[in-house]
Amino acid sequence: MNKYLLYPGCSMESSAKAYMQSLNAILEPLDVQLEEIEDWNCCGATEYLGINLVPAYSLIARNLALATKQMNGTRTVVAPCSACYLNLAKADYYMRERPALDVKVNEALAAGGLQYKPGTLDVRHLIDVLVYDVGLDAIKEKVSRPLTGLKVAPYMGCMLPRPDYKHRWSDHEHPTELNDLLLALGAEVIDYPLTTSCCGGHMTQIGPETAFELIRRLVAGADERGAHLMATVCPMCQLNLDAYQGEMNGFFGTEYHMPVLFFTQLMGLAFGKDPDELGIGLELVSSRGALANIGVKVTQPESAGPRRKKEEGLPMPPRLNKRQAEKEAVR
Amino acid sequence: MPQMTDERVRAGLSCEEDLSLLYEVSTKTAGVSHLEMCIQCGSCGGSCPAAADMDHTPRMLFAMLRAGMREDVLRSNTPWICVSCYHCVVRCPQEVHITDVMYTLKGMAIKAKLYQDSTAPHFSQTFVGMVETYGRGFELGLASRHYLRYFPLRLPGMAPMGFGMITKGRMPLVPHKIKHMTQLKAILKRAKQLELTS
Repeated sequence: MNKYLLYPGCSMESSAKAYMQSLNAILEPLDVQLEEIEDWNCCGATEYLGINLVPAYSLIARNLALATKQMNGTRTVVAPCSACYLNLAKADYYMRERPALDVKVNEALAAGGLQYKPGTLDVRHLIDVLVYDVGLDAIKEKVSRPLTGLKVAPYMGCMLPRPDYKHRWSDHEHPTELNDLLLALGAEVIDYPLTTSCCGGHMTQIGPETAFELIRRLVAGADERGAHLMATVCPMCQLNLDAYQGEMNGFFGTEYHMPVLFFTQLMGLAFGKDPDELGIGLELVSSRGALANIGVKVTQPESAGPRRKKEEGLPMPPRLNKRQAEKEAVR
Repeated sequence: MPQMTDERVRAGLSCEEDLSLLYEVSTKTAGVSHLEMCIQCGSCGGSCPAAADMDHTPRMLFAMLRAGMREDVLRSNTPWICVSCYHCVVRCPQEVHITDVMYTLKGMAIKAKLYQDSTAPHFSQTFVGMVETYGRGFELGLASRHYLRYFPLRLPGMAPMGFGMITKGRMPLVPHKIKHMTQLKAILKRAKQLELTS
């Protein structure tokens, strides 16, 4: 039995609840126990750090301080979200590298009756724990419905393998952990060089044109290489690629349909779990067609997607978006 | 204070080198920024997936810091376009904490009110406001407040997405508040009086 402390992060209760459901479904077969940190707060994502440094690190460190109170038998905190993982790991690392930061953060924590000594905890991402602690052999043993014939693009995202303070990953730009895990599930893993390219992060909210191009690259890359779906390890990546895929299609005039599932959902499927139990069908770009390749039936109704353009209409010049219009003008 | 060196005279420069801005940014950055070590190789800009939309590449921005061009640096859109993907950080031969320097510059720009476009600062501040009120993120509140103000024309195109997120239960209609909000507030209140000075 592997026991860890869990820092779920805000998305796991909202936009990424499919991740939480599927995670809960695979814990028992893998004999992993997760104990949630009591009364944890938001890690600040990539927003607080850009506003006010000491409060941002104090916000993160409150979680670390709370976690130390629950350390019986384990000092490892597991975060399923790449941004949460990075923030927690970063606070721990920088408080050690820069004693001045340690002093200020602990001064702030003291106002709430807490303290944290950097290095006390070991912060790790969920996939790190599953691949390296539980192990691929143990995972393979539990596979009862191999994902044979399912072509998956392994998308690791950027904040997981970088900046890699503790040298955990096989590579910063082409890590193989997710590939290996998907292969263990019997899936056909496509060659996906974009595996650690950025999904745009918060740019979908503040600079959509920048984000749409980053999303397009990732989706087009998976599509061109024949992937049925993409597997992700991060709620933010899933949100951007899944929920904004329709808007991205509208922006570029493309018609991509690339479902994006959490790797835990694919693990659950391979372990023979019911799709409903794994939150499959909660994605906006439906995985119904992709999962039909392995004979899995999705029961959740599809959401009202973007309306298809009418095939026939008046003979009018096509409406161009900003980027297309610029290209047209250059021509 | 830096001196007027022979090298600078020979190079035809007429004034002393002023590195105070560089040191200020370096000091205010979490961790050891290594900002002074930049050799202007350009690996950062070449690795950046969003460089095309930036006013200045990170390399150029760091040269501007060294040149003491405070206003131009803080007005640059570069830190706001940075997507925090850390591609530049792992490729930088000098181990400059580039992403963290970008965070520092954002904070300084907000304090000096020197950004050209308020979309990104407003988003960050609204997000932080939610966290300071509830202790957790609140996507619906954040999205509605931000989009209504900055992207009202995007709303019709986003409607199917918002509708899908809500009907599938992926966007709760009410925020979740943590239990010990008073504790968190006390921590943040104290933290706001503190700054990295050395």
